[in-house]
Amino acid sequence: MTTKLFGTKVPRVEDDRLLRGQGRYVGDVFSGQDALHAAVLRSPHAHARILDIDVEPVLDVEGVVAVYTYDDLEDAMGEPLPLLIPHPTLTHGRTQYALAKDEVNYAGEAVAFVVATDRYVAEDAVARIRVRYEPLPAVVGIAASRAAEHLVHDDVPGNVGARMEQHNGDAPAEIAKAPHTLTLDLDVERSACTPLEGRGVAARWDPDQQRLQVWSSTQTATGVRAAVAAKLGLDLRAVDVITPDVGGGFGVKINHPWPEELLVPLAAMRLGRPVSYVEDRREHFVASAHERAQVQHIEVGFDDEGRLLGLDVMFWHDHGAYTPYGLIVPIITSTQLLGPYKPRAYRVVFESIYTNTVIVTPYRGAGRPQGVYAMERTMDAIAAYLGKDRTEVRAVNFIQPDEFPYEHGLVFQDGRPLTYDSGDYPASLEKIKQLVGWDEFPQYRKEMAAQGRRVGIGLACYVEGTGVGPYEGAHVHIETSGKVKVATGLTSQGQGHQTVFAQLVADELGVRFEDVEVVTGDTRRMPYAVGTFASRAAVMSGSAIHLAAKRAKEKALRIAAEALEADVDDLEITDGVVSVKGAPGASISLGTVAVLSNPLRYAFDEASKSATQFAVGDPDKPPVAPGEEPGLEGKDFYSPERSTFASGMHAVIVETDPDTAEITILKYAVVHDCGHLINPMIVEGQIHGGVAQGVGGALYERMVYDENGQLQNASFMDFLMPYVSEVPETIDIDHLETPSPLNPLGIKGAGEAGVIPSAALFASAIEDAEGIEITAMPISPSDLFTLREEHR
Amino acid sequence: MSEELHEITLRVNGHDHAVAVPARRLLSDALRLDLGLTGTHVGCEHGVCGACTVLLDGAPTRACLMFAVSAVEAEITTVEGLSQPDGSLGPVQQAFKDCHGLQCGFCTPGFLTTITAGLEENPHPTRDEAREMVGGNLCRCTGYQNIVAAVLKAAELR
Ligand code: FES
Ligand code: FES
Repeated sequence: MTTKLFGTKVPRVEDDRLLRGQGRYVGDVFSGQDALHAAVLRSPHAHARILDIDVEPVLDVEGVVAVYTYDDLEDAMGEPLPLLIPHPTLTHGRTQYALAKDEVNYAGEAVAFVVATDRYVAEDAVARIRVRYEPLPAVVGIAASRAAEHLVHDDVPGNVGARMEQHNGDAPAEIAKAPHTLTLDLDVERSACTPLEGRGVAARWDPDQQRLQVWSSTQTATGVRAAVAAKLGLDLRAVDVITPDVGGGFGVKINHPWPEELLVPLAAMRLGRPVSYVEDRREHFVASAHERAQVQHIEVGFDDEGRLLGLDVMFWHDHGAYTPYGLIVPIITSTQLLGPYKPRAYRVVFESIYTNTVIVTPYRGAGRPQGVYAMERTMDAIAAYLGKDRTEVRAVNFIQPDEFPYEHGLVFQDGRPLTYDSGDYPASLEKIKQLVGWDEFPQYRKEMAAQGRRVGIGLACYVEGTGVGPYEGAHVHIETSGKVKVATGLTSQGQGHQTVFAQLVADELGVRFEDVEVVTGDTRRMPYAVGTFASRAAVMSGSAIHLAAKRAKEKALRIAAEALEADVDDLEITDGVVSVKGAPGASISLGTVAVLSNPLRYAFDEASKSATQFAVGDPDKPPVAPGEEPGLEGKDFYSPERSTFASGMHAVIVETDPDTAEITILKYAVVHDCGHLINPMIVEGQIHGGVAQGVGGALYERMVYDENGQLQNASFMDFLMPYVSEVPETIDIDHLETPSPLNPLGIKGAGEAGVIPSAALFASAIEDAEGIEITAMPISPSDLFTLREEHR
Repeated sequence: MSEELHEITLRVNGHDHAVAVPARRLLSDALRLDLGLTGTHVGCEHGVCGACTVLLDGAPTRACLMFAVSAVEAEITTVEGLSQPDGSLGPVQQAFKDCHGLQCGFCTPGFLTTITAGLEENPHPTRDEAREMVGGNLCRCTGYQNIVAAVLKAAELR
């Protein structure tokens, strides 16, 4: 029996090539070839009218091949970029043009596009383009946007893109009659994904085949393909999008099409030469996407035990200058805010508002960190008010294990009811308390205090809707060599998909892991797909691959049963060989089954002779039976009714320096429930990385805009992304496995979990250490120092 | 205005490569685009992330902060040169695989070169020294815990 790989720490198949420097990232695609390189002229102003663009000085720069401005864009290219996810409440959605038309709305917006023999020359040329701007007042920050003294877009009154309300029960009435009430005002600042590899795109036009090939560092190959075809007026069939190795995504690469994803293919077609563009680090800061900034106002009514009777939340979400990704982030905040709890009544209202800053699209966690922050700060405030232990207040509000499926009476980000499928929050709480030493902490605090050291403990809980639809698909092909080729359409950015998907196929088919090869994000191999976001890859593509492998297996067994003159039920497949159970002599390799699956007229090698017309087949029947297809393949799609809800709890012990206000992590613990784990090594890696991003977001990272809308820290020098010295040395992880009833593997997503509770968690721990209310995150040592001064 | 080209020879991973480059061409770009050694990655181009780290006569050097023409005298080692003579993974590479020290792999070449040099200098690092060794390289995916474990493992494997 082939050993089951599901649930084991299988080493990654990706590693070998990546460790040898043989990965193929978008910037490597035309290496050593005679390709052209592009650079972009970006607006230096956060808000301005474009009066005139003079490209004349560029045209005689040696090596410059083309310069495009808005005036060079035709037809659909001259229309605004698509608004990817419309929503009825997004009454004033706006998107930018591939190259700015008349007006720019953030510093970094693309204004002109230069193609040259190399990037150096292209940048020289960009520096020579002369643009006359009429600067307009910049709207920076949520307060300025709400004040609406100036408008980002003239035709968007009050700078409000959308106002949305959802409720379940009558929260204001419940609060009015509640024994206790509290009000909280909270702040979260901007951060960003900042993958080590920025965005990039390369394209080649094949004039012989009239076919466009595009490589993009994207999280959605099919999305880019559809957008490129629509914008360039090509048939979908004439466009291939290939996702090479991608150097991290974390959300920013799900937005599409970026201007360059259209301009590079356009230039490749017009010029008939391969063109490549890779953004530099500064461009990633000023011209990709940010997230997180919100201002929140919370009113809550509760009983003596801390039970939530009414929860009334209003928040303002800064979506930057445009809304290409719709309202996904604030919708997620507004729904996932509820976490593992069940308030008697809930109302949430948000406004998604414009500022003259970089656009906001999902960043790992995608609105959940802010929701968890609002909810968990509220829980801590209730506990403090009632003088209760923070875990007790949480426990009385938990949805209980026997209450699933649990309906919240709200609509989730996928347009479907917010219904949790499964979970066990009381068990998680027990585990996290054990893991971090919650009950022993008071004693520990005393001991530390005796040494003049100040420590605090924090806890935060979350529930994460993962595996959102609409669907993913997979194709499994068993070749005559016995090797198995698998394709799924969503893309990979380092999550180890090739490994975990191969584990699933090897298990289902009974073939050797080494014989399975998985391709992701190549529209030539799987043209129907959605993309990688919302911790959906394992759930969606994993399930689809499992189903497709099942189909291939069923077919293999049908053919093998005939060849072995046995009953399908008596067959098993081990290490790629089908045999009759208990009769090991009667066997046939999957490769041979693949040969037989495809009735041949022409042999091409020794093995294939056995499938030719004088060798096999009943002369009285059609060679391909009705309802069958030639070839040993399986294809299937997975489209769940709704999302599956993973959950978890993090706890941390921090030390704050009484003099310098430096914040040190002493212990970090995670309890995580993503259902069954396909590969625990990879899941834990995802948690490690998420926690590091969470630590960055809670303690170090912020986007510092000045009042003119200039980003002051647009480099790795000034944007403080954690090095090894900033992250916890170890993370104690414990898993709970509450399977999802929604998919065949019982799995839930795991990609984002590590980052979700961080802001809430550190606020809780620092507040506990300092005895000062923490209402704004991130918090740096100097912020804490200032807070102490204010509370003296 | 035509850029003056300099005919230079870069010695990389034991092989000589003749190239003609403008004076301003960064070593990182020359390696990646002119020599086709795309294993060296560029994550910031301002010397902070360490993804572009190569060894110059054994010393870790940020290839994005150096012109190709300045590297002519040196013996350059890139990630492509870290495997064993028989083609199997080198000790640092193997340790990264064993410890799941990489996810997207974009930062990885810079870590591998940095650690290779680090272990040359300090073959038996303590945990703290291992952290120190990778303290100047950024990774956005792994959270570093497994990278530190890989440093210690590599020291064992060497
Ligand atoms: S690319 Fe050289 S240090 Fe970042
Ligand atoms: S593995 Fe992706 S940046 Fe380090």
